[in-house]
Amino acid sequence: MHVSARGWGWRHAGRKAFAARHLDLDIQAGERVLLLGASGAGKSTVLHALAGVLGSSDEGEQEGELLLDGAHPATVRGRAGLVLQDPETQVVLARVGDEVAFAAENLAVPRDEIWQRVERALDDVGLDLPLDHPTTALSGGQKQRLALAAVLAMEPGLLLLDEPTANLDPDGVLEVRDAVVRVLERTGATLVVVEHRVAVWADVVDRVIVLDAGGGVLADGAPATVLVQEATRTRLAEAGVWVPDWQPAVGGPTPGAGGEVLLSAPDITVARTKRGPTAVGPLDLTVHAAHALSITGPNGAGKSTAALTLGGLLRPRAGSVEASPSLAGSAGADPFRWRSSQLVQRIGTVFQEPEHQFLTASVSAELEFGPRRVGAAVNPGRTAELAERLRLTHLLGANPFTLSGGEKRRLSVATMLATAPRILILDEPTFGQDALTWAELVTLLRELIDDGVAVLSVTHDAEFIEALGGATLHVSGGAGRLVSP
Amino acid sequence: MSTDYLTPVLTGRTLLRANPLSKLFAAVAITLALLVSIDWVSAAVVLACELALMPLLGISVWGLARRIWPLLIAAAVGAYGTALLAEKSGGVLVDAGPFLFTEGSVASGIAVGLRSLALALPGIFVLLTTDPTDLADALAQKLHLPHRFVLGGLASLRLVGLLVEQWQSLGLARHARGIGSDGSLVARTRNLLGQSFGLIVQAIRRATRLATAMEARGFGGDTRTWARESTFSGLDVVVAVVGLLIAVGAVTAAVLAGTWNFILS
Repeated sequence: MHVSARGWGWRHAGRKAFAARHLDLDIQAGERVLLLGASGAGKSTVLHALAGVLGSSDEGEQEGELLLDGAHPATVRGRAGLVLQDPETQVVLARVGDEVAFAAENLAVPRDEIWQRVERALDDVGLDLPLDHPTTALSGGQKQRLALAAVLAMEPGLLLLDEPTANLDPDGVLEVRDAVVRVLERTGATLVVVEHRVAVWADVVDRVIVLDAGGGVLADGAPATVLVQEATRTRLAEAGVWVPDWQPAVGGPTPGAGGEVLLSAPDITVARTKRGPTAVGPLDLTVHAAHALSITGPNGAGKSTAALTLGGLLRPRAGSVEASPSLAGSAGADPFRWRSSQLVQRIGTVFQEPEHQFLTASVSAELEFGPRRVGAAVNPGRTAELAERLRLTHLLGANPFTLSGGEKRRLSVATMLATAPRILILDEPTFGQDALTWAELVTLLRELIDDGVAVLSVTHDAEFIEALGGATLHVSGGAGRLVSP
Repeated sequence: MSTDYLTPVLTGRTLLRANPLSKLFAAVAITLALLVSIDWVSAAVVLACELALMPLLGISVWGLARRIWPLLIAAAVGAYGTALLAEKSGGVLVDAGPFLFTEGSVASGIAVGLRSLALALPGIFVLLTTDPTDLADALAQKLHLPHRFVLGGLASLRLVGLLVEQWQSLGLARHARGIGSDGSLVARTRNLLGQSFGLIVQAIRRATRLATAMEARGFGGDTRTWARESTFSGLDVVVAVVGLLIAVGAVTAAVLAGTWNFILS
């Protein structure tokens, strides 16, 4: 399928700035394109427009034209198939077979042909499961392959992937990438994929287009040209794109050997719910001051559950978490029994979704909330310093929900630091982050570790773990293995 | 507690095979028969039939009681309240100051308790033996309800299950920020309101994303085909006829016993 854009732009209703603008390009049938650009350059907007799901003129203003084989995308529904970033939010139905059949049903394909398409699509993505297998019982990588199969049932001429592997563990990333390659080889469909982590797709695509945050196209050419030429590499790196064989420079002191024990959990088994299945255990864990502990392993292995249990948010199924007297202070030894106001001064937990933890209508109120909550006088100097350190000063009056992804992440970390906890827990802090935000976060965490804070992270990110040093806990199949430096 | 409402634990092999519409028809017939008369004979007949059909559910009485215990408590409380407050007639059974129970008031109480159970069970039968996806197929293909409405409802059912999980994780996230379930009643109420608001915000965002995913798969067109055909079989005739027989039998028994008490007379 052929794609053409002529002076195309889109402005979401209620926004002053265009999300994407001055776009002129042609993509030939069968081309495989990697679409890059800084956060906010409008990559997702372009994909949504190609999929015909941007909405009517009520939802925004369009300029110029964007055509698929000469037709407006919304009028040729089903010719373009879109797979989104989060595997959890795309599942529509309860059974694997029905989920794949759904799109074909919507296009009014006859019943016999639907089931042929379902079989072929599942075969293409390598999902060898019974048709009545529940969609809830799939791993992240399987869910993304299911989402891919679900759009393949439409037999699209254009495959659109919006950061399809950003939320997956390394195995899941390869699983999905290889499935896409197989599909393209069989169908010859045109591909447009958006992804921060360029290395995953660089060998698969035959063209790289870089969008300029100011509108238009910054670079366009073969991967060997765009990703290798020093001039474009530098500009891509400056825009926060993860260029292959390059890592953003991180600051802050190299973490040392760690200090006193703050938390010890000599023999705990953890579970997400009171009566549900256990996640991992038994584990023998200690959290040291001025030291990092990274928990890693496949999606759904119980990493977050282990971290939340250490953070006093979940009750261990067996065994106990004990806080050292220097951490506990006037509170008891069991973090799970601490009141919220006691917890927030001792252990700060940053959830994967920053929005779950926003409580007020402005960034400054958000930063002052914790100190007020524990009855401390709000120290304007401390708030200002935090805002400065996390580059939030120019946003103090903004509503937290309107910030960009990277800004939200920085704010959610800053709110936890406001009450100066000695342990900071982060759940997947680098998921979907561009290279600039990543480097900032790593630098900040290294500085915190140097200040004596214990940093416990749940992550798949090998570079992140290496930059923070400390110990690593590998969790998989219900058991944990601790690797100390 | 299971939070997956799209794939509930279903029981009863035979009823599972029946079309959801025939089960709904039988349940509605029985419920209507109970609603038009306030008497204990019709309630007892229906309840007896329902208990006799229990083997079709494939779970024990104890297993059923464990699933529907809130209903059992509600029925018991209703029966007790009625016995305490209903018109006092007949001989006195218990007289302890304000607690006066007579033969007449206890009979009314038992009638109310039986009726509550008899009314609840048809719905339970349908819920326990019906896959929501099959119900959606039947509603759209056999009753010709608009497919956008039916599939929208089916998709939102999945989100209901996710809401329970989101509520729990929002609670943890807020506890980590320093607002938990401690403090004064006012503080707790404010926290609960805040968490509810947070849940609504998350629910809307989630629903919007799901809507985009559905739209991207061609949902929303005027015509559509169905991969699974919703069919009626001989079993459905049996289910519908048994439902009708129970309803008619209950009314007949009440009229013959002289307890028939039509609500509009």
